[in-house]
Amino acid sequence: MTAETAIDVRDLVVGFGDKTVLDHVSVAVKRGEIFGFVGGSGSGKSVLLRSIIGLLPIRGGNIEVLGQDLTRDKDEDVHRAIERRWGVLFQQGALFSSLTVLQNVQFPMREYLTLSKRLMREMAEAKLDMVGLKPDDWNKLPSELSGGMVKRVALARALALDPELVFLDEPTSGLDPISAGEFDALIRTLQRTLELTVFMITHDLESLYTVCDRIGVLAGGKVVALGTIETMLHSEHPWVKSYFRGKRADVLARRLAQEA
Amino acid sequence: MSAKPSLSVTAGAPGLQYAAAGAWTAVHANELEAVIDGAARDLGGEAAAIDMHRVEAFDTYGAWLLERLVRERKAHGGETSIVALPEHYRDLFAAMDEALIVRPQEPPQENRIVSTIEKVGKATAAVGDDLKAIVNMLGAIGAATGTMLKRPSTFRLTSAVHHLDRVGLQAVPIILLITFLIGGIIAQQGFFHFRKFGAETYVVDMLGILILREIGVLIVSIMVAGRSGSSYTAELGSMKMREEIDALRTMGLDPISVLVLPRVFALIIALTFLTFIGSMSALFGGGLVAWFYGGMAPDIFIMRLKEAISITHFKVGMIKAPFMALVIGVVACAQGFAVKGSAESLGLQTTASVVKAIFLVIVLDGLFAVFFASIDM
Repeated sequence: MTAETAIDVRDLVVGFGDKTVLDHVSVAVKRGEIFGFVGGSGSGKSVLLRSIIGLLPIRGGNIEVLGQDLTRDKDEDVHRAIERRWGVLFQQGALFSSLTVLQNVQFPMREYLTLSKRLMREMAEAKLDMVGLKPDDWNKLPSELSGGMVKRVALARALALDPELVFLDEPTSGLDPISAGEFDALIRTLQRTLELTVFMITHDLESLYTVCDRIGVLAGGKVVALGTIETMLHSEHPWVKSYFRGKRADVLARRLAQEA
Repeated sequence: MSAKPSLSVTAGAPGLQYAAAGAWTAVHANELEAVIDGAARDLGGEAAAIDMHRVEAFDTYGAWLLERLVRERKAHGGETSIVALPEHYRDLFAAMDEALIVRPQEPPQENRIVSTIEKVGKATAAVGDDLKAIVNMLGAIGAATGTMLKRPSTFRLTSAVHHLDRVGLQAVPIILLITFLIGGIIAQQGFFHFRKFGAETYVVDMLGILILREIGVLIVSIMVAGRSGSSYTAELGSMKMREEIDALRTMGLDPISVLVLPRVFALIIALTFLTFIGSMSALFGGGLVAWFYGGMAPDIFIMRLKEAISITHFKVGMIKAPFMALVIGVVACAQGFAVKGSAESLGLQTTASVVKAIFLVIVLDGLFAVFFASIDM
């Protein structure tokens, strides 16, 4: 374990009942990189993410996050200290529906930090400003927001405590291509300014091409490819091949090549 | 742990010179804010320079507080320059520099008295809206029943049977237990108090009439409102939240006939049946107490019961049951459809459903009492 590794998953086995979803999966994410994870629907991407953040029990293997072994260390305080250093963006946003946008972002601050009312308000506003949410929307309830705004607020909440590591579960799914592109750019900018490590699950080829430094592919419960987009394009695994060299990917690759 | 954040004045010309040190991060934000506010207080209009090279850690919290100091100094006419900010923190500070140029307007403070009056008014108007929603639902159920009667094959029998099992059969044990206890308690209280003036034989009259006419149906209705009414509201409410009801509509199906009709139908059958077994169980409980506590042998109890009650008493109770079920079903479904997007609203409507259903059940019972008295039943 070096200081350069943010997440180190080794030989992870996760299953439900008599079904094994993740079969000896090993992935290492370096500090300061944007790591994208792809796989077909039901391949266990979300299971991997939920296992890393401790929402699912694991059957075997090791998970180290920010230098802490989370599988062996059952100490409540250790887990809380680590949880304070990461932020999670859930697929559906998972905003607290009874709190306003501003209160949602303030929630982790209120729980973990001692801040004056004024500073808490200003920080929440600053975070919302950073993710590009207009002041008119700051006092709305989550049910009054559009899908794209929900994702932005959820990102602001994930960033509330200035985490070193953020987990994004399909950040651009359900967004129109323009919003998705903006969201990708936003993640890139925030990652650069805040020096974040980003672990994201995505289906979005464009995200993989434009923002991810490295990509991992999950198929059949195993990691079948790991590396940059170039590595993906040269992989001979049938699933990886059809994903990255399918019709949709071709169109995108040609377009990106033209733009470049 | 990293060092406390600090900002000290160092001598030097020209103007003010500050030297920052320590960790300017979220954990220390509270201390840092005090430091920043202190620095902002002794403002003159003079220019200042803040030397940042000894800052060990810097995040958005530190960046924002630094930016706040700069802005407050600027508001008083003092220029501030940031010196020697480590390279990798520059982007972060620049991002904060652009943040919050436009502050939102604070919502205006409302007058206490005015807002209280407004709340009372809104609550009063809401009572009317509630009533409208309930009547609306009743009408919709009536219309759907009409359509269903014209084409009986459209009735969702499977769904109705499923709900009948849930609200009827599965409720049997708890209803039996509760009514058994209530019957026993009434009998015990009767013997205890009637004994004082030697009227123990009349306990059976009281028990029989009270249970068959009122207690049986009321207890069962209240139990069903709490048990099944709430689950109807929660089910329909979460279906509404997840747009399932809209999906039904777009498929050309009427949510009332698909979702509400089988539920209300099941509730009417179940409540009538539960009222019957509940009343029997209460009489049984009363009989046992009469035997063991009042010393009245079972055959005497049954004989007295035969004399005391007539089929009319039984009818009065049973006639009320389906109407109670209709009220509970209508209220529960109307509240379910009134759920809006949030989890809080779902909880609110479920509570309202139970409270309103129980209230209306008791009101309806009173109206029935007047009605039966006037037709001598």
